[in-house]
Amino acid sequence: MASLKSLRMRINSVKSTRKITQAMKMVAAAKLRRAQSRAEAARPYAERMERMLASLGTAVAGQPDAPRLLVGTGGDAVHLLVVISGDRGLAGAFNTNVGRFARARIRELESHGKTVKILAVGRKGATYLKREFASRFVGEMSFAGKKVVGFEDATEVAAKVTELLDQGAFDVCSLVYNRFRNVISQVPTAQQMIPAALPEAGDDAPAAGPQALYEYEPAEDQILAALLPQNLAVQIYRAILETSAGFYGSQMTAMDNATRNAGEMINKLTLNYNRTRQANITRELIEIISGAEAL
Amino acid sequence: MATFQLEFVSPEKLLLSRPVEMASLPAAEGEMGVLPGHAPMIVALRGGVISVQEGGQTTERLFVAGGFAEVTPTRVTILADDATPVAQLSRADAEARIAECEAALAAAQDGTPEKRDAAMDRLLSARAMLEAAEAA
Repeated sequence: MASLKSLRMRINSVKSTRKITQAMKMVAAAKLRRAQSRAEAARPYAERMERMLASLGTAVAGQPDAPRLLVGTGGDAVHLLVVISGDRGLAGAFNTNVGRFARARIRELESHGKTVKILAVGRKGATYLKREFASRFVGEMSFAGKKVVGFEDATEVAAKVTELLDQGAFDVCSLVYNRFRNVISQVPTAQQMIPAALPEAGDDAPAAGPQALYEYEPAEDQILAALLPQNLAVQIYRAILETSAGFYGSQMTAMDNATRNAGEMINKLTLNYNRTRQANITRELIEIISGAEAL
Repeated sequence: MATFQLEFVSPEKLLLSRPVEMASLPAAEGEMGVLPGHAPMIVALRGGVISVQEGGQTTERLFVAGGFAEVTPTRVTILADDATPVAQLSRADAEARIAECEAALAAAQDGTPEKRDAAMDRLLSARAMLEAAEAA
């Protein structure tokens, strides 16, 4: 049985761990609120962008010289996965989940004979995938040094993707990230970006009616050429925001669990400590009594 | 006087949303004034000043470096990266930006025509910024 002193030390160390996890939980909760409101604030732009794109896309998609960002290269041989993960750990299975999801997807694509390339955004996902797929990496980006990830950072990622497309480095591009469903549930999702997945004309036929009446200045294809890279950046920005909200949600849950576990541990150790203390007292008493009897 | 809803959104947040009487936009092919009941349009914006009129007076002048606008009879939505009130523009900033863009343009001289055009557009938008700063 452990000595009283070592038990006391254990209890103290678990207590300070609990203090740390509790503080981290509270920090994560505050940051989560901020991340959520940022994600909320970004929604109007994305919505309006989508609306414009829907009306433009249907006008241009049928043309033979439609921009590549919209229709892709026509091939399906090389897939680029943009994997977005957190930059830090201590958030439960958050980063592992998106990593595992990406790995399954890479395996699946490769089993169909496709070539896969990876652009990793976020440090944790990059290290996870590097272990197995280092040869498929075409780029790695991280915003670890930044306090707040802004739209310019998303534009940077989008510029990298566009550059690769211009070089003809891939045919299909999709985004892999943790979609933020609510604070305790983040779902790893793959979302196709190039060729752009436009809403089907049949789905919103009533909405398409008035949209067809828009006049364009300059011509449709010119606006579209300017709008598409922006749209790419918006989609990436949204994924980054959802990742950051999801990250803090996940961290909060993980730290809450850790705090609870530490509490349980302290109870168990305290019980153990008291038992040992009593056993020591009893033993000392027996020794005294039997010593007195022997006289 | 009749009004329409003017919405100004950046990727990061909704900057402005209120009813106004008239707005003039720096459209890609020339300045464009929008009154309520305008025909539906989608326009690209170049760098320039958006001015807003309410109650017969210009109440707001914002500089945008580029973006898009969706015009409908009852609503105008402007999608722009960033908007600065003209009063806050500074000459020094604009000049620094012009110098930066000129360097980028020179570097893009060997690049693809698209890259050159993009650099040129940025330079023009920076020049518009200087103009707006001087006029303010």
